[in-house]
Parts: sequence; C-alpha cells; structure tokens
Amino acid sequence: MNQLIKNCDIVVIGAGHAGCEAALAGARLGLDTIMFTVSVDSIALMPCNPNIGGSSKGHLVKEVDALGGEMGKNIDKTFIQSKMLNQSKGPAVHSLRAQADKQAYSTEMRKTLENTPNLTIKQGEITELLVEDGKITGVKTFSNAVYYCKAVILCTGTYLKARCIYGDVSNYTGPNGLQAANYLTDSLKSLGIEMFRFKTGTPARIDGKTIDYSKMEEQFGDKRIVPFSFSTDPETIQIDQVSCWLTYTNEKTHEIIRNNLDRSPLYSGMIEGTGPRYCPSIEDKVVRFADKNRHQVFIEPEGLYTNEMYVGGMSSSLPEDVQDQMYHSVPGLENATIVRNAYAIEYDCINPRQLNPTLEFKNINGLFSAGQFNGSSGYEEAAAQGLVAGINAALKIQGKEMMTLDRSEAYIGVLIDDLVTKENHEPYRMMTSRAEYRLLLRQDNADIRLRKKGYEAGLIDQETYEKVLRKTEAIEKEIKRVEHVHIGANEKVQKLLESYGSTPLKNGTTLAELIRRPELNYKALEPIDEERPKLAWDVEEQVNINIKYDGYIKRQLKQVEQFKKLESRKIPEDLDYKQIKGLRIEAMQKLELYQPVSIGQASRISGVSPADISVLLIYMEQYTKEEKH
Amino acid sequence: MDTTIAAIATAMSESGIGIIRISGKEAMDVISRIYRSKGGKKKIKEVPSHTIHYGYIYDKEEVIDEVLVMIMKAPRTFTGEDTVEIDCHGGVYAMNRVLETVLKNGAQIAEPGEFTKRAFLNGRIDLSQAEAVIDVIQAKNEYALKSSMNQLRGSVLKAIKGIREEIIYHIAYIESALDDPEHISVDGYGETLGKAVQKQKEQIKRLLAKSSEGKMIREGIKTVILGKPNAGKSSLLNMLIGENKAIVTNIAGTTRDILEEYITLEGISLKLIDTAGIRSTEDIVEQIGVGKARETAKDADLILYVVDSSMPLDENDEDIMKMLEDKKCIVLYNKTDLKAAISQEQIRESIKHPVIPISAKEETGMEELGKQIKNMFFSGEISFNDEVYITNARHKAALEEALSSLELVENSIEMGMPEDFYSIDLMNAYESLGKILGESLGEDLVNEIFSKFCTGK
Repeated sequence: MNQLIKNCDIVVIGAGHAGCEAALAGARLGLDTIMFTVSVDSIALMPCNPNIGGSSKGHLVKEVDALGGEMGKNIDKTFIQSKMLNQSKGPAVHSLRAQADKQAYSTEMRKTLENTPNLTIKQGEITELLVEDGKITGVKTFSNAVYYCKAVILCTGTYLKARCIYGDVSNYTGPNGLQAANYLTDSLKSLGIEMFRFKTGTPARIDGKTIDYSKMEEQFGDKRIVPFSFSTDPETIQIDQVSCWLTYTNEKTHEIIRNNLDRSPLYSGMIEGTGPRYCPSIEDKVVRFADKNRHQVFIEPEGLYTNEMYVGGMSSSLPEDVQDQMYHSVPGLENATIVRNAYAIEYDCINPRQLNPTLEFKNINGLFSAGQFNGSSGYEEAAAQGLVAGINAALKIQGKEMMTLDRSEAYIGVLIDDLVTKENHEPYRMMTSRAEYRLLLRQDNADIRLRKKGYEAGLIDQETYEKVLRKTEAIEKEIKRVEHVHIGANEKVQKLLESYGSTPLKNGTTLAELIRRPELNYKALEPIDEERPKLAWDVEEQVNINIKYDGYIKRQLKQVEQFKKLESRKIPEDLDYKQIKGLRIEAMQKLELYQPVSIGQASRISGVSPADISVLLIYMEQYTKEEKH
Repeated sequence: MDTTIAAIATAMSESGIGIIRISGKEAMDVISRIYRSKGGKKKIKEVPSHTIHYGYIYDKEEVIDEVLVMIMKAPRTFTGEDTVEIDCHGGVYAMNRVLETVLKNGAQIAEPGEFTKRAFLNGRIDLSQAEAVIDVIQAKNEYALKSSMNQLRGSVLKAIKGIREEIIYHIAYIESALDDPEHISVDGYGETLGKAVQKQKEQIKRLLAKSSEGKMIREGIKTVILGKPNAGKSSLLNMLIGENKAIVTNIAGTTRDILEEYITLEGISLKLIDTAGIRSTEDIVEQIGVGKARETAKDADLILYVVDSSMPLDENDEDIMKMLEDKKCIVLYNKTDLKAAISQEQIRESIKHPVIPISAKEETGMEELGKQIKNMFFSGEISFNDEVYITNARHKAALEEALSSLELVENSIEMGMPEDFYSIDLMNAYESLGKILGESLGEDLVNEIFSKFCTGK
C-alpha cells in the first residue's frame, strides 16, 4: 500500500495547553517536533472558563514561566483584566488570576508556535501508536500516514471518545462541537494501558447585549497589575481593564432545577463518567447544598472581539429548555439570549499511576503524556505537565538525565506526585492545601526556586539565569544587613511606630524584629533605616517576606530536610517485591502496581504502612550488600 | 535514623531491675540533661565509653530514681549508634517514670523492632539475620497496631475522634475560602477559631491528665475464667468483684456472652473475663458464647479454671483440660461447701497446674488465690503485655504534639497572622492525633472541603 512515511524526533498529539508547552519545549531544546491536532484552528483553545490562574493555579503558571514555558508570557500579552487573589492573606496564598481574551490567547500562542524553529504543526487525527519491544517507534494517522519518531507525548485532553451531553441529547463530539478522536483509545488499550472515563462540564455563553448589568455588581481588576511572567516588565502591561459582573441565583432558579432533576443526565444515569466535586454543576449545588438559598454567578467576558459572556457558577447538563428557564430566573439575565448551551462532556483518560514522575510511561519507553489525558483538569495543570513531558522527552532523546520536581520544590511537583502516587477518582485540580510546604512554594519566589532547573534543562538562557542568581545574592545580603541594623528607642522611631498603631519601643531592637510585627513591613520602616541601599521592588518583596515569616519558614525548611532524606533513597528499578518476605500482601501488590522510584514515594502510597517501609529498607540494604559481594 | 529513640528493654513486670535503653545521635545529650551524680559534679557527657556510673535521674528538680547508667559510644554498641542504658528499679511504675523523663528530654519512643532494625542497617547484625529482623518488625507492629486501638478506652477514642472532626472542619473552612475567596470569606475567623482551639486544648489536657494516671488505657493481667456450665464461674466473678454483676442462676448455660471487670488483688491489677461455660450444645446462641470463650482463652495471660467438685469429671472437663495443657492456669476446686464427687488429688493427677480449694458461695479460699497469683506474677511466670505501656507512651507523645501545634495556632491568632497560617498548624495537630488512631490526613481534607463547602465555577 502506498502511504506517506516521515521521520522526526518528537510527536505531540494534541494542541491544547499541554500540547503547546510540550511541543515548544521539545522544539526549543533542538528536537525536530511535530504537533498533531484535529483542528489547527483550535490551538490553545479555552473551551471553558475565560481566565488563567486563580488560587494555586496562578502558582503553576508562575512555575511554568520560571522553567521556560509559554503560558505566563502568553496571558501577559492577551489578558483583559487581572486580580491578585487573597491579598489580605499570607504571601503563600496570594494568587494571580487574569481574564483572557480567548481568541487573542489562542492566536498569540499559535503565532509563537508557528515561529518556533524545529516545530511543525499538522492537522490530522492519530489513530495508532507504533511500539516495538516496549519502545515507542512512531504514530499512524487516520489517513494511514506513518511518522517514525523517538518519543511521543499524548496530550489528547477531552477529545478521546468524547461525548457532549445536555439533557437527553448527546453528541459524539469534542468540546465546542469539535471533532472527537475515536480510534486512539483502542490502540492504547491494546498496549495494555488502563483507561478511565471522566466527565466535566461548562456553563452557557450569553449574548452580552441582552444582559441587564444594572442588576449586577461590577467587579473591577486590580489598580496595579502584576505580570505572570518574570520576563514581563510590569510597566508594559498597565492596560485599561474590562469588568466582570456578579449576580446570584435564587429560590426560583432552584425550584426550576429541582422540578427537572429527573431530566438531568447526571441523575438519570445517562452519564457514566466521574465528574469533579470541586466544580459542581448548578444542579449538583442545589441538591447537595439544599440549605443555601442563593449561589453566586459571575458574568465574565470571553474577549474583546465578542459580546459572548461566560456564566461562571452555572455549569449544567440539563436539557436546553430547562437551561433557558433557569438562566432567565437570574437577576440581569431575564431577557438574555443563550449563544451556546451549557453541556457536560465525557472522555477517556488514563489511570496516571502508570506514569513515572518524569511523565513517561513505566512500561513503554519513550511514551509520555500530559494534561487532562492524565486525569487532571484545568488549563494550568495541563500546561505544567505538558512542559515537564516536553522537557523530559527531549532530555531523554539527548541521552541526558530527565527532570523531576519533588513536593518541596514546586506545586508542579505536588501535582505530578499526587497524580502518579495517589489513587485518583475524579479530574484532579490543584489546591494550595495539597502543598504541605506551601510557605516555601510561593508564587513570588518561583523564579528563585526554579530558574536553575529550567537552565539545566536548557530552556532558560545564561543571562536570565544569572539575573536570578544576582537577585538571590542581593536578597541574602540585605536580609543579613537588616538582621543587624540596630534601632534605638528615639523620638523619630517612636513617632513612626505610632503612625502605624504599633507599640512604642522600651529598649533598642533590630530592624528585623520590627519588620516581624504584623502591622509593619520592610517598606514602612524605610524612614528609620538610614543606610538602606536602593533595591529592586522584587528584592525588597523577598526580604520582607523572608524576615516577616522567618519562624514559619524555618519550620517548614526543617520538615523538608526530613522529606528529602526519604526522597533520595532510590528504589532499584528491578526490585522484585514478591521476593520480599515480610511485606504484607496488600503492600506488596500496591508496590508492584505503582513501582515507586523512592522510599519517599513508596511511603505515600495508600495501603503501605510504616512497618512495610521498614521491611523495604532492610531488604534494600541486604540487596545492596549482596550486590557488592 | 536521625532521631534518638528510647524504650524499656526488660520485661514489663515486677522484677528487681529494669533497663531503659536510649540510642541515637543525641543519646548523650538526653542523658546529660537528666542524670546527676551523687556529688553532682560528674559530667556524664565527658566520661569514657563503656563505663558505668552511679547517680540519679532527675525530672527538673524532682528525683525520679536511683540508677546505674551505662555509657556506650558508637560504633561498638548493639545499634551501632551512641547508646545509653539506664538500670533503674524494676516495677512498672518506676520504669515508666524514667522512660517518660527520657522522652520529655529529647528522645522519641522506639517503634516496635526499631533497635534491631538500626542494628541491622548500621551493619551490626549479620546479613543472614535480615529475615529474622523483618519478621520481628512485622509481628511487633501488627501487635502494636491491634493493641493500640484495643487498649484505648471507648471514651478516650471518642474524645480524640471528636477533636479531630472539629479540627478538620476548621481547616476545611479556611482552605475552601483560600481556594475560592470569591465564594467564601474567612476574614476575622481568628476569633471563632481561637475559642474552638481553646476548647480543644482543654480536652487534650484532660486526656493527658488521664494518661498520667494510667486511666487512658485498659490494663491488667488478662485473666479468663473458664469451666463447664454451672461450675460457678459467675459466682466466682461476683465474689472477686464483690457485687452481683453476672447473673447467677442454677440453670446451666446462663452466661452466654463475655463479661469483663477490673480488680486489684494483692496489689496486682487483673482484667477479669467471665465466659460462657464450655460444653457441646445444640443451642445456637450458647454455641456462639462457647466459641467466644475458647477464643478469649487463647490469648489470656492467666486462666482460672473452675471445677465443680460436687460433680464427677466428664468429657467437657477433659476437653477443657486439653486446652489448658500449655497455658498459665490455676485450677479452682469449687463448691467445697457441698459433698465432693471428686477429690483434689484426682484433679492434680489429670492436670499439672496448681489447685486451690474454694467456695464461691461461702466466699472462702480468696486469700489462697491471691497469694498464688502474686507468686506467679513476681516469679515472672505470668506478666502482662509491655506493649500496653509502650502504646501509652506513644499516645501521650502524640497528644503532647497536638497540644503544642494548637498552641502555635493560638500564637498565630494572637500575633494577628493571616488566616492561612492557622491551618498549617491545625493540620499538624490533626496528623498528630491521627497517629493514635492510625489515620493520616491524606484525602480527608479534600473530602471535607467538597462535602461541607460549596465552591467552584
């Protein structure tokens, strides 16, 4: 049979937020990369909420940026409103969120991809993976073309055997009515890959000119905008922002929903996929929180190019006629026209425990995966994994050591460790409470934490890396100075303290001690700190945080030290758990299944007890001693 | 293996001498904090290795015990680490006091089998013994886990669970607000939380007080009363506890379940367990009781076998005697107030355990029985489980940890820290209490957030 045959280094399947980062990373690291998508027009599509970032997700974007990814830069170019969430809280939970102009976001990303050397964009559906002796060799397209390659990165998002559902109507399409990918699942299953079926949903889009905003509260962006990317100059992004709007559901809305529950596919059993609890549909909220007589609804613009507005808080899979009634019961939406209906979508994804923390499949050499395909949800979670998979596919082909991030280094580390180690029964979303060392993993210090990793991988250039080294040095120097600046109980000092409602000094103290008072900070004390050097704002910010929260930070650093010890005890790959006498059967089976890379990871698998870990340690000791003999 | 561990190395019984072993990097620091020589001048940290020193163990200014301290520096020790052994006075109480002092001053209670594990990992035990080490660890852990939960009194268990439920509710509230600040506000939550934490701290303090009095854990020599129906087991129990707790009738097979009581006899604590009479029976309810009785007898520390002297021995007695062959047992030759159908000598011929004549009805023979038990206890023939004390110490440590985490939460509230700082230490408190129940935070928090708070787009 005549067929097209081509060669390349890396094939990326999918062009969503994971696919884009993966393809860019691969190509930027010098590998010949082809990115396949069922539709070139859907590159970097945002099929659900029109924003990037938010609590803990903002952290992910900053980390992606620090490692050399694109998401932060792209949203800085295309945002239309920006807000730092939790500003009244501690620095660990400050989180940036920006409303995106969806179309501009997509277009800008496409422009970047198209202008990246070594990167080819191809429209086409991949139907089969080619694997020989447990090693990936290429992919086959729907039209039977074969692309031989050294690594494949699966970023199929919600497209695999996708089905969209509203009420009793369902359609075998991907999001936004795009073509689904119906063949690849079978190929994956025949390779022995265990699949899950997950579900998610999105609310309706409404024509903005039919909304009565006078009945809603206006939500503004921040006065001073902070960029996502460490490379963006804040001065260049102080734009005029658009507003979002807040309204509420009411008893009438809830009654409409309750009266039509029997027509909801969720309750009628028509949906079999597992949906996320953190992103419940409005019918879910009404049923599960029956005592709440109203729920917030955020009306958010989809972009500057369109009147379409996203109805945040009211995702649904109820039938079209019920949706119509339901949305119209909300103040301000009485006469609104629905442009796109809300729908639920079901799709195939994998059980991510089949992956190593590098995001490479344990049993198929050279096969990587990222994003919703790995059972996560969210643009930011997808981008973070896409970047890691892209970097590692490239490093592997180059014969270099692959990159992993652990739970003490990055939210990305927490995300991936949770995916590959813990049992996951719903689309996984990042949350700050999942990061046990969150005081260290702040969004403001992502560059200090991760530039080095990005530099080592090859995505961050020398100059950028040296910049962060200089920054770190400046911070350390200033902290040292501030710890030793003596402040006397003189009149000038007392006056300043008084003006901040702070107790006057009885004796002299250090500047650092004063910074630790809740009502004071580094900047506020400038007038009494005569020898203060002129420093960049981001250096001052780090000095302030590090001194202010010193006690808490030191405690977490101590915990990290313990954590690192267990992480560094690597488990040999060829360890046969069946040979270990004394492991409980449940633990043996779980360890076999998960094949943890370190003692640390093993200890986080549910069903593995501390005693099992002791047994494992002793066995490993015996094993290495015997090796030496 | 960076921690310094300690445990009681000898059997937990009323022996003359007890040994507390400490091993790890800080072993010398720990002992120097609590040891004082007679003249008070000796610096225990500076003495040569492998030497013995006479002195006292102090808890702050209070003398705990008069001791001999053995100093052994790494690597020539059992574990391969710096090791200190404290020879103190024997007896459960004294050993516990010394151990508690050691734990308060920087050591952690050793996990089951941990000394052996360290010895192995430090190359002090031969490779061929690895398997044996693994067996010890698993067996001891299984036992510790089982006993840990079993030994907690129901009320204590309930209290700990209650505190944990409250704590996780507050964490979930704070976290869902941080996660979704536009839906849930946590501003000014410090005041509410402060009150709750205050209450939780008091509850934990009460539990700690209980544990110091040894009331947190059920303890005593597990003593099972066994015999065929109507031999007078329940009458014996009543006589021992001095009240009519067990139902006494002359209908054979009245006690169908297991009755438990705690008594002190000659200063020794006994956990008395009355059982259904053992006989082959058609009655299903009674069958269950008989089955339970056999089960209970299996892991008893001591069995009191009640024989009805007014009836001849039958196949039921033979059955029981067989069961008792390799047990610690006292045979009670009951109903001496009635005419004997068999003699004490006849019984002594068929069973090798001591025989004591009693009349449960007339309450005679008690003194003899008490003496016999005391003899067996002090000769070491019977003892109770040392794990009881280990778990007690473990529970106490976990409670102390939780308490100090809650104090940190209070500190943060007082200092006016932002709300996200509260949940960090609340999580630590939750984890510490979880150690007692063998549960960790894991997915608990995420589940609590999603089930209690409505968030999301």
